Amino acid sequence: MNSRIDIQKTYKLYINGKFSRTESGRYFPLKDSQGKTTVNLCQASRKDFREAVKFARKAVSGWSSRTAYNRGQILYRIAETLEGRKKQFIQELNHFGITKNNATQEVEITIDRLVYYAGWADKYQALFSSVNPVASAHYNFSVPEYQGVIAIISPNDNPLLGLVSLIAPAFVGGNTIVCLASEKNPLTAITFAEVLHASDIPNGAINILTGFSSELAEHFSSHKDVNGIVYCGENLELNKSIQENASENVKRIHYYDKINWLINKGQSPYFIMDHSEIKTTWHPIGS
Amino acid sequence: MKANQINIANFRQTPVIDQVGVNERVSRLNSRSIKKTSKIAALKLALSMIDLTTLEGMDTPGKVQQLCIKAKHLNHGISDLPHVAAVCVYPSLVKIAKKELNETSINVASVATGFPSGQTNFKTRLEEVRYAICEGADEVDMVISRGKFLSGDFQLVFDEIAQTKEVCGNIHLKVILETSELSTLDNIRRASEIAMKAGADFIKTSTGKTKCGATQPISLVMLEAIKDFYQKTNKKIGMKPAGGISDSKTAIRYLVMVKEILGNEWLTPTLFRFGASSLANDLLMQITKQQSGAYQSADYFSKD
Amino acid sequence: MTNQTDFITGYSPAPESTNLIEIKERYPLFIKGKFSEPQSGKYFSTINPATEKKLSEVAVANQADVDFAVKSARNAYKNVWSKMPPKERSKYIYRIARVLQERGREFAVIESMDGGKPIRESRDIDIPLAVAHFFYYAGWADKLEYAFPGRKANGLGVAGQIIPWNFPLLMAAWKIAPALACGNTVVLKPAETTPLTAMKLAELLQDIDLPPGVVNIITGAGDTGIKIVDHPDINKIAFTGSTDVGKIIQKSLAGTQKKYTLELGGKAAHIIFDDAAINQAVEGIINGIFFNQGHVCCAGSRLYVQECVAEEVISKLKDRMDTLIIGDPLDKNTDIGAINSKMQLKKIIEITQSGKDEGGVLFQSKCTTPKSGYWFKPTLISNVAQSSRVVQEEIFGPVLAVQTFRTVDEVIEKANNTPYGLSGGVWTDKGAKIFKITKQMRAGILWANTFNKFDPTSPFGGFKESGMGREGGIHGLYPYVELS
Repeated sequence: MNSRIDIQKTYKLYINGKFSRTESGRYFPLKDSQGKTTVNLCQASRKDFREAVKFARKAVSGWSSRTAYNRGQILYRIAETLEGRKKQFIQELNHFGITKNNATQEVEITIDRLVYYAGWADKYQALFSSVNPVASAHYNFSVPEYQGVIAIISPNDNPLLGLVSLIAPAFVGGNTIVCLASEKNPLTAITFAEVLHASDIPNGAINILTGFSSELAEHFSSHKDVNGIVYCGENLELNKSIQENASENVKRIHYYDKINWLINKGQSPYFIMDHSEIKTTWHPIGS
Repeated sequence: MKANQINIANFRQTPVIDQVGVNERVSRLNSRSIKKTSKIAALKLALSMIDLTTLEGMDTPGKVQQLCIKAKHLNHGISDLPHVAAVCVYPSLVKIAKKELNETSINVASVATGFPSGQTNFKTRLEEVRYAICEGADEVDMVISRGKFLSGDFQLVFDEIAQTKEVCGNIHLKVILETSELSTLDNIRRASEIAMKAGADFIKTSTGKTKCGATQPISLVMLEAIKDFYQKTNKKIGMKPAGGISDSKTAIRYLVMVKEILGNEWLTPTLFRFGASSLANDLLMQITKQQSGAYQSADYFSKD
Repeated sequence: MTNQTDFITGYSPAPESTNLIEIKERYPLFIKGKFSEPQSGKYFSTINPATEKKLSEVAVANQADVDFAVKSARNAYKNVWSKMPPKERSKYIYRIARVLQERGREFAVIESMDGGKPIRESRDIDIPLAVAHFFYYAGWADKLEYAFPGRKANGLGVAGQIIPWNFPLLMAAWKIAPALACGNTVVLKPAETTPLTAMKLAELLQDIDLPPGVVNIITGAGDTGIKIVDHPDINKIAFTGSTDVGKIIQKSLAGTQKKYTLELGGKAAHIIFDDAAINQAVEGIINGIFFNQGHVCCAGSRLYVQECVAEEVISKLKDRMDTLIIGDPLDKNTDIGAINSKMQLKKIIEITQSGKDEGGVLFQSKCTTPKSGYWFKPTLISNVAQSSRVVQEEIFGPVLAVQTFRTVDEVIEKANNTPYGLSGGVWTDKGAKIFKITKQMRAGILWANTFNKFDPTSPFGGFKESGMGREGGIHGLYPYVELS
């Protein structure tokens, strides 16, 4: 008989490449499928969010100036690391009521999705760039560039896949991210942060918080140093107020309504373009 | 610190020129619409700035005489006409022109220095300048050594101009850059600076003997060089576009450039000239048209 | 200036003829292919800002008028435009381009009369570019399947488009051309101070037999605009105007299904390095800030000159400013026309005064301005810093704020130190430096060794608070399609 006592895991926030507790000291308990409290999670505050944005902003210039090849390799590295820890993710999803089959499917699609976007890192630019034949003696070209800091409120369905499907295209496009994990099932988001941590992403480039969208959405959407915001929840009132707040600094708003992340339509380079700006450069042609 | 005290002009570091920007500036200047009284004034001004030119192997005393008579009597039908600024000939014909223009204020200009290619030894070129002056030339139009310039020997180009100016003394020296052979606007700017620093009184675009004469973009670059030189040294250098300017519309466009780049002070024959032969008649035709209201025929204007 | 002007003292007046143009006494609303009286029963005057004289009257569209226009656009979308083979749609847009080209001078004259811009610009820039836009997007109509890799494009439905007063016809073209090419129908509202070329365009659309309702043009002030924005049967809003109004529009679109594009304000950094082609750079600065009286969202209004050439550049700039000719917009030699409206003039005066109050040193062109009408002399303000109001706020007038810098990193930081991000400019002879700077500047359009260039093939639009979405080029199709 095995008399060993398991070590239980403490789930923290992931900010600036560090696992830290919320500054507010608040937590919220999560019950498993039997109704038993098995973990406590940090209930992130607006100050935690503020810190995350601060570090995300700091990380923008470094991450966006990485070569596309390098960004692709890092995304691929995340996929590799996740593959190696597949079992743990399946277990965590399963623990909170997702069937083992569904959990397995979700984790596998998540890994494939990361590989999918890793491959886009050095290709979408060619697809969405143009050399524009202007009617004057100028060379003129347009290329997609990052937007900056993207705030993401993850969906509750497919907590791991949804999170990764939103983070990956924004991240591969050179943006840095502050993401609120699924409220109902945030465990895998934090465990995913461990995967990120082991995959050579720069500090602050992806930050993951746990907490409540009812509390944090206001700050996600009103923070003036955030360039874009993503929401895909079903709360239309909240969606409206997010968009109203976002107008204060003309944020790029993406409301992904009822997207099934499990199918191929849940991935495309157009998601990268949602977090890109087109920059056009002119230069005279002369001697 | 000694190196700093020797002030050697570094001709490798002249300002760069953006060709497309120059073309845009020219086309904007060309959108000026010169009408009515300002047009007549401009036409007459252009006339007074002409160096009436003949530079042919077949030039004879007779041809030069006729040209000089034309210079003195442009047209008997129009009142208040100015006379042209100068007659420009080869050295061997200076004496004829000088005699014909005696007692007028029309200058005699002579090309020299192995015009148009300049491809003979420098001593011979200087000798030619002395000869032209001896024959009575009031102005000398020299050519620069384009080959030396293009091979990067800027100092030699500078020295040749400086020595030519020394020979000229008070005689006005116009330095022909032969812009079509210099190829880029950067080179034209550089050559302009070399010429002005070496003592040129005028800088001139072309000999008229290559397939491309003066153009507006080239002239604009030279005018800007003159302006920059003036701002640094307070010395006013003249400008002479030559070759291919044959109609009034183009001439007025040049005057607009001079006015808007250098200002009214340069709108005088002492600082701006056209090297041209057929321009005079077109200006006369236009002046007549402005005064009479009717479009003219070339048959009414003498061809000398 | 007298008629006896000789060439030395100045150029004789060279006014463009107004004989060719016809401006009606009043313009009702253009809905369903017809000019119809507004249900509001109200009209307002549009004046010539150079003379303050009334040119015409245009209608005020109220809620019922907006409803009627949207309904007409919806019907045209459902029954005609979305069913028409794309190549036929294409031919209608080509027709617009061609007839506009034929009648270009007429439109240019009216544009200059109604808006105050010099005829040189309306004739050589505004109208030809508007024509080129229609010509460019006409060709896209039957080629959309090639524009979106892996996706099929469909029109959205009815587009509500609200345009500004600085480039009235050109902005109408920027909006209408891609909308029609992608199969949408349009309700367009021109700005209240410059409605006339839009109404002339309406006449032109009748002449070319564009099916009724495909383009509806209604007039009114901001009140009419917000009724378009809020209309439930509109699928897409395209707005060009100030950032303040853009934010209000974005807010009122919150929670709706409407797509939108916003082209908003700017405060572009214009950077001059010591190795630049200085004379051309000076001309670039002039074009950057004094083009269209500075009523340009992408105007190069924040000048940064490297310290070692600052004295030279500023002295040349002042010289050049003195050669600018200000006056009658219809005179072919006018460089700087009238300020668009009394209100705008007031704003320019107020912000410029604040620059002075904060210790800025003003230089203004020597020119004299006409007695009647709205005028503001080309102005340069030095002795300012990032913290100065004239450096931070969009003035939308011929006022340039000048600062110096020392290093590349310093100037990039200053250039990006603004909530705006529409455009920017850099002048240097060094290619590598151009790419470093244009890459790091956070703006949608970057001009290197040139400024204020526009082309229908080239996408235009901002980063940050300068708006979202692109107009022009292949990227200009995205706002008007749904991808499946």
